[in-house]
Parts: sequence; C-alpha cells; structure tokens
Amino acid sequence: MVRRPFATVLVYLGVALFLVTTLAPILWLGVMSVSLPADLTDKPLSLIPKHIDLSHYARLFTFNANSLGEAFLMALRNSLLSSVGATVIALAVSVPAGWAFSRYRDGRVATVLYVILATYMTPAVALILPLYFLLSALGLLNNVLGLVIVYCSMLTPFTAWFIKAAFDAVPRELESAAAIDGASVFQTLRRVTLPYARAGVATAALFAILLAWDDFFYALLFTSNQNAKTLTVTIADFAAGRATDFGLVSAAGLLTALPPVLIAFVLQKSLVAGLTTGSVKG
Amino acid sequence: MSGRIGMPSPWLLLGPMLVVVLAAVGYPVVTTIWLAFTDTRLMAGPGSAHWIGLENFAYVFTDADFLAAAGRTVYFTLVSVSAEALLGIAVALLLNQEFHGRTFCRALLVLPWALPTIVNALMWRLVYQPDFGVLNAVLSQTGLIGSYRSWLGVESSAMNAVILADVWKNYPLVALIVLAALQSAPAELYGAATLDGANAWHRFRVVTWPIIAPPLLVALVLRSIEALKVFDIFYVMTHGGPASATKTMSFFVYEESFRFMRVGSGASYALIVVLICMVFVGVYVRLLKRQEAS
Repeated sequence: MVRRPFATVLVYLGVALFLVTTLAPILWLGVMSVSLPADLTDKPLSLIPKHIDLSHYARLFTFNANSLGEAFLMALRNSLLSSVGATVIALAVSVPAGWAFSRYRDGRVATVLYVILATYMTPAVALILPLYFLLSALGLLNNVLGLVIVYCSMLTPFTAWFIKAAFDAVPRELESAAAIDGASVFQTLRRVTLPYARAGVATAALFAILLAWDDFFYALLFTSNQNAKTLTVTIADFAAGRATDFGLVSAAGLLTALPPVLIAFVLQKSLVAGLTTGSVKG
Repeated sequence: MSGRIGMPSPWLLLGPMLVVVLAAVGYPVVTTIWLAFTDTRLMAGPGSAHWIGLENFAYVFTDADFLAAAGRTVYFTLVSVSAEALLGIAVALLLNQEFHGRTFCRALLVLPWALPTIVNALMWRLVYQPDFGVLNAVLSQTGLIGSYRSWLGVESSAMNAVILADVWKNYPLVALIVLAALQSAPAELYGAATLDGANAWHRFRVVTWPIIAPPLLVALVLRSIEALKVFDIFYVMTHGGPASATKTMSFFVYEESFRFMRVGSGASYALIVVLICMVFVGVYVRLLKRQEAS
C-alpha cells in the first residue's frame, strides 16, 4: 500500500514522540549517575552534564566493611543467588510437569494446569503472613534459602506454562521412535524432548530470573540485613534517607536494571512469542 | 493416552511441582483464611490466638479507611489499565507501519518493561523531585509552569503522577502483545477491505479489531491483576502519602499486619483483596467467552 505524504509525516512524528518518551527518563537516570551533585542542583538545570564523574560507580564497587559498596555488592550476590536458585528449582519441577501437561489428554491434568495458573492471581498479601510464620519457624527469615523457597511459588506457574507450550511443539514421532528403541520416558525426555525444546526452556528460565529479580515485597518483609537483602530492597534503602544522593541512587538503579534489560534485549523475539502463545491459548 | 505402554502415571511427573505449589501457595492461602477468623497478633506467637468468628469481617466493611483504600486501588486499576490499553494499541499500530528504524523501535519497546519495578519507581521519583527534579526544570524552562511543583507531595497530583510512571513502564507489554497479533494478520484481508472501499476506521473495526481483541483482553486481565495487587511502586514513590492519598489495599494490609501487628485482621483485609481480584477476573473471563462465542 502506498502511503500519502501526509500520513508519512504523521508516522514519523509519532515515532519521534515514542523515542523521546521512552528514552528520556532512562537517559536522564544515566546523566544523573555521572553528574556532580552541584551540577544537578543548578538553576537553570543543564540537561547535558558539564562534567563526567564516575565516582558513584566507583563507590558501589568498593568492598570496605560497612560501606555502601559492601551493601550493594552483598545485595547483588543475594539477588543472583535467590533468583538463579529459585529458577533452577522451578525448572526442575516444571520440566516433568510441563511434559505431563503437554502429553496427557486427561481432564484432571488440565484442571491442575488451570489451578496452577490461578495461583498467579493470588495476591502476595494473602500469602505473606503464613509464609512469614513458616520461614520464622524454619529459621529461614533473613536467609537467601528462604527467599528461594518463596520465589519458587511465583516462578513455577510461569515456567510450567512456558515449558508446556515448548513441549507442545515437539513432534510426537520423535518420542515414539525413541520409545520403540527401548528408551524409558525419562530417557526420552532427557535425550529427545528437552534438546528439541531447548530454546523454549531457556526462555522460560530467563523469564523466571526476570520475575525473581524484580521482586520487592517478599524481600522487604523476609530480609533484614546484608545476609539476605536483595538489590531492589537495598536501592530502595539508599533512596529512603533524608539527604538522598541522587547520583548514587541513579547509578545503583542502572546497575540493578542492567541484567534484566540485557536478558530482555537478547530474548526479545522469543519473549514476545512466549507471551503471545500464552495469551492466545489462555 | 495414559494407557500407552511405558507411560508413567501423570501424577508421578506432576508430583514435585504440586509439592512446591501446595507448600508455597496452598498452605498459606488456607492459613490466611484461618487467621482471618482469629485475633492473632504478630509478636504474640501463634498459640495466643483466639477464634473470633466474623468479627474482623464485620469491621472490614465499616472501615472507612479501608474502603477509601479500595476505592483508590480501583481508580488506579481502571485509569492505568485503560491508558495502557489505548497507548498499547496506538503504539502497536504505529510500530506496525513501515518506516526507517522500525526494528530498533520495536526492540526499544522491551526496555521499560524489563526495567525492575523498583528502579522505575526510583527513576520517576527523581524525575518528580520537587526542588531539583528534571520535570520541574524542563516545564519551567520552557515556560509551561511558573514555579516548581511538588508532584508527589500534594494530594491532588500524587496518585496521577504514580499512574503516569506505572503506565510508562507497563503499556509496552500490551503493545508487544498487540503488535505480535497484528503481525499474524494476513495482508490480503487489508487489501480486500481497501478494494471494498473501507476507510481506515472501517478497516480497523472489521479487520484489525477481531485479530487483536482476544490477546488484548488477556493482556488486560494480567495488567488488572497486577494493578489490584499494587504495592512496590507506591512504597518507593509515595509510601502511601501524602495523608493516605496513595494508600492502596495492599499497602493497607501491609500496615495492618506488620506495622500495627494485627495479623488476624490483616488477613481478613487480604481476603477482601483476593475477592475483588476474583470479581475483576470473572468479568474479563465472561467478556472473553462472549467474544469467542460471537
């Protein structure tokens, strides 16, 4: 279809508006993270930094006792451990479950799938009190392992659903051939189904890491110091003080955003595919 | 199928997942329901609780503060989800056009969505900052406002300022899902509609809308559930203030349980939140079914 010149102008105006509104807040966060505090309080404010100052980043990457850097690096460790740990467990239980969801035409199995999805709709506030008592009884408050357990509840419905969709695309003939060759179900799953569906399973894993990395509510209530506090809680703490250091908060925020943003860029296509398979069939 | 030779019982495969989900969701839900009928307090220990029947619930429905929080949450949900729907459709239609740099723009769409909620909240708090924030600077340097404003500090603008921050981060999810649906639309349909003399609005209604409506609805269900549960963005941007102007239901439950330590009554509020979510989801599911039937 040939567009009229007027329509073309409208499209490019729209694109310009989209670019500015999407990029401006993030670029400003970047500007703040490398600006001198004095430059940020200037009136009139200059949108382009006059001096580039990397000291905020340097402060976050120092490991002195009781420093902000220590708090940040410990939180980075806790975020990594809790999100990767929870993802590993969620995958371990979702792979066999996803295969069952994909392969068994049984009404009860389908019911379980919907019940699992419904757990996503349960607000965290409805779970938080018993989980608090449970972790406290197990001695897992302020413990990364406690967070791992709690995050599994968030991740499992998603990973099970994604992996079911990935397994749906595996040709049954491949599995039958392996079965005829004498492979057990678990051997078939490991040697045939999983390798064939590895892109889908990888997407599920990275999506799970994104979800756990983003958590704030559970970590806020279940962790109290550097032993287990995650990045989201730690940067909220940085920002809660009376005299907030804008530059430091911006630098910490950008570093916290970096892993999920990189994952999302790499995965862009398969993430959208995963989201839409889920939504079209849901 | 389960009769096929060598296929184990599905429950063997589902078992590990069920253990995880039952422990981390099933058990807490049942316990929360029990707590809602007791006067449990946070530091007193579970043994000191008494069964008090419906007393907590009787209080919930007469608690003007909670009803106000529920009203705010519904306002937040309706305004931000409708804005996300409209913007999401508009941007998806835009990025479905042909123009230079389209691939880059589509990739950019995942950026706000991938930004952690807390980072988004911090970023906007810095943008809105009353004395040194960039929003005040830009608006006053271009002459749009005369003096600096405290966007998050006054009751009239705090809620809408948070809504803007939430929409900025979350409309891309709607746009991504709508865009994917648009790309699956067969081009011949548009050609045929154009030949029939349909104008742009007609083409949208007859060809585009039926394609994007089902996935759009699912995206809106997801967004609405998230919005009704909202806590993080308010905790960082306003902490429920000023003067409770941005205190949502989840914030209310959090304060009741962990600040005032009234766990029993906190649980009854939490169940009301679940009920409100279920009503919303029920309405959407009904819409979805009607759409599939037609």
